[in-house]
Amino acid sequence: MSVSRRRFLEMSSLATASMFVPKFLKAFESKPVNLPGHKVLVVVQLSGGNDGLNTVIPYRNDIYYKNRPVIGIKREEALSLNDEVGLNPMMKGIKALYDKGYVSIVNGVGYAEPNRSHFRSMDIWQSGSAADELVTSGWLGRYLDNACTDCDKHNAFAIEVDDTLSLAMKGKQRNAIAVQDINQFHNAAGNPYFGKLIQTHEQEHDAQLAGYLYRTLSETISAADYVYQQNKIYTASQTYPNTAIGKHMKMIGNLINAGAETRVYYVSHSSFDTHVDQKNRQNKLFTELDDSLSALVADLQCSGRFNDVMIMTFSEFGRRVTQNASNGTDHGTANNMFFISGGLKKAGLYNPLPDLGNLDQGDIKYSIDFKQVYATVLDKWMSIVPKEILAKSYDTMSFI
Amino acid sequence: MTLQEQNKLLYARAGFGISIADYRRPRPIKECVVGLFPPTTPGRLEMISEEEWAENSPKAMKELTDDLMRKEKQKAFRERAKDLNQLWVQAMVEAQYPLLEKMSIFWHGHFATHTANPYFDQLLLNDVRKNALGNFGDLLRAVSKSPAMLQFLNNQQNKKAHPNENFAREVMELFTLGRGHYTEQDIKEAARAFTGWAYDGYGMFVFHKGQHDDGEKQFLGRRGNWNGDDILNILLEQKQTALFISQKLYRYFVSDEKVNDKHVQQMAKHFYESNYDIAALLKHMFTADWFYDDSVKGAKVKAPVELLVGYQRLLPIEFRNQNTVTYIQRVLGQHLFNPPNVAGWPGGKNWIDSSSLVIRMQLPQALFMSKELNLDLKPTEQEIMMTHKVNQSTSPNKNVRIGQAIADWSSYVAEWKGYGRAELPKAMAEYLLPVAVSNSQLNALQQFCDKDNEEDYIKSVSILLMGMPEYQLC
Repeated sequence: MSVSRRRFLEMSSLATASMFVPKFLKAFESKPVNLPGHKVLVVVQLSGGNDGLNTVIPYRNDIYYKNRPVIGIKREEALSLNDEVGLNPMMKGIKALYDKGYVSIVNGVGYAEPNRSHFRSMDIWQSGSAADELVTSGWLGRYLDNACTDCDKHNAFAIEVDDTLSLAMKGKQRNAIAVQDINQFHNAAGNPYFGKLIQTHEQEHDAQLAGYLYRTLSETISAADYVYQQNKIYTASQTYPNTAIGKHMKMIGNLINAGAETRVYYVSHSSFDTHVDQKNRQNKLFTELDDSLSALVADLQCSGRFNDVMIMTFSEFGRRVTQNASNGTDHGTANNMFFISGGLKKAGLYNPLPDLGNLDQGDIKYSIDFKQVYATVLDKWMSIVPKEILAKSYDTMSFI
Repeated sequence: MTLQEQNKLLYARAGFGISIADYRRPRPIKECVVGLFPPTTPGRLEMISEEEWAENSPKAMKELTDDLMRKEKQKAFRERAKDLNQLWVQAMVEAQYPLLEKMSIFWHGHFATHTANPYFDQLLLNDVRKNALGNFGDLLRAVSKSPAMLQFLNNQQNKKAHPNENFAREVMELFTLGRGHYTEQDIKEAARAFTGWAYDGYGMFVFHKGQHDDGEKQFLGRRGNWNGDDILNILLEQKQTALFISQKLYRYFVSDEKVNDKHVQQMAKHFYESNYDIAALLKHMFTADWFYDDSVKGAKVKAPVELLVGYQRLLPIEFRNQNTVTYIQRVLGQHLFNPPNVAGWPGGKNWIDSSSLVIRMQLPQALFMSKELNLDLKPTEQEIMMTHKVNQSTSPNKNVRIGQAIADWSSYVAEWKGYGRAELPKAMAEYLLPVAVSNSQLNALQQFCDKDNEEDYIKSVSILLMGMPEYQLC
């Protein structure tokens, strides 16, 4: 490599772009941040379709064992929640939280005319739409649109822990940011050339698309710097597991405990598509999830923030009641959702487990529309009118 | 707008950007427009031969008794989708008539399907390319009978005893009329008319007479014993269909954000009166005065595939890893053959968010300076389905490196030699960017240039210009 070329490349990794970001964009960074009672939502997406029946186990139900002679989880192995129901044996940490009243489980969550394609069903869950609707924005993105009336500087208001953004986090006007590795993101967005472009860019075409791109760039640079600074404030009180989900939870814990203004974190854990040899795979995934969530909760408890944080899990669908020929399960329909927080109103099993005696062609019938659950979270946790975001009103539920 | 600017705009919209030769020698618009259209029907793109399909068809698979072997074979066949994708992108890069590919991408999104069958994808792609500049009615009929569409919108399950309304709904909502121009009852009646349309074990269209409901249907106010072809014809008789397609084409070729209703109405009238001649409609649009209005400059965000192909047509690139072509599509959100849903890619501002913008702005360095981008991709449906093994990584993502490419700069650099150091950035900006940038921006850019020698200077100016937000527009 010639010296000059190396120098050219180096230009983009020296200094940080935020040095060049105009003052008006920096206002956000200097505001006092730690707001008591500032509610945070952590969404955990279990990608691939988690088997809800082996997550929350109806261990007194003969139909369950008849349909799952090999993969059914025995009563003595399950972590008992009550006389009827137990948790997957790998969820020891979540069980301990459950016993302390920090977990609410909502059963039979789904939607009408369920779709069994990973893609389409995830699209429905992420956009927060009905099965016969096509919506090109995400429910949390629309939350940003509505909640962020005055936050041109708040591009770190919602963060997906990844390199690219999910539909759930894209609004009509505003988007969340995607950050997997804070340093890498800070370096990339902090390219001094980008900063210089912002600085010299004239505002005349701001109404046009170019203006939109420059605004997005400014906000990104500003957010990258903000997240980078916030990430340096707090040192984790717990040891997080050295897995992908563990690292992601650690980053979330760091930012929450630093008092970052971020309201929504979005993280994915996969792959739950257990058509073959389900037990081993789900065990491994749950162990990783349980260890990471336990570390996060302990970290939040240490700093006194656990009451302000709601962890919510979901998956694009559950799986069929009957095991298949490969000791796995195929794509199904309704599923359970977990809510973990120090600030729950009603802990425990929110509603009865699905009726395995009343199936729709071998699949669980949903009893709660997932959009009703979203509405509850938006209304009672995020303090925003859900109708704007979900296009329709839903009765809110009482667990929050 | 000068003639040169008009030429630049036309080739940016009707293709993947103007070549330096065309830019230096602008021609009258009418002459350019005539040259956009291929004189003959395009040849087929074939990655998967009929023999390969025969070996992998459901019929052949059924004969395999070994479960594991069958799974491996199915997996290997599904992976061929990547090869088909790359073949098409290569056709775009080499295209003598880029408008054909540009329109094929349009229809590929309009008639969005998502199958796990690359042979079906290939058949549909060829139906689309064959009719992309032809007659919309022919295109609609071909697509409606293509196995990819029959499978994706469940017409395979649409039988007299249990009508499946999926195709009937989407053919109206997405392919012809648009929302609000039909009733739920129209969907039910149309679904009955499409009963019996299916494909056989080889992927050939078949009409199962026994599963067809030949009773009377009332559709869009008309009564008859309609079959599927009748329904498509009735849809084509609706002026709303011409309007709906014209609106979408306007957004695709003219402006993401601002739609001029008067101009769209003119297009629709023209389209309808020509009996849905796509080429005639495009000629009308590309020769209209309003197409060259100053407000049209920079009014479109380049789609990821346009960006990628534009780079490759500007500077020949040899990728050390051919999958880079699909990685870029995935990381920027337009993975061909994998639309987000049946509505296709929403486009426009939707292409841009904080991460996609920063990745786009880093891309020129990755492609042309081998400054690799190390990124995680979200899994595709196929990848989700393939992660069955216990010991496989549980990270949701696939880590990839983008870059590792060798660009051939020679002819490009030669074209830009001889400019003064001070004048080159402005001259090149006028060529590469759709809108004017200020002198202060160009001065800023100069501070980052490599000034050791003329060749490196030309390269660095190019890369910095391509890294600008304006380069994301056309």
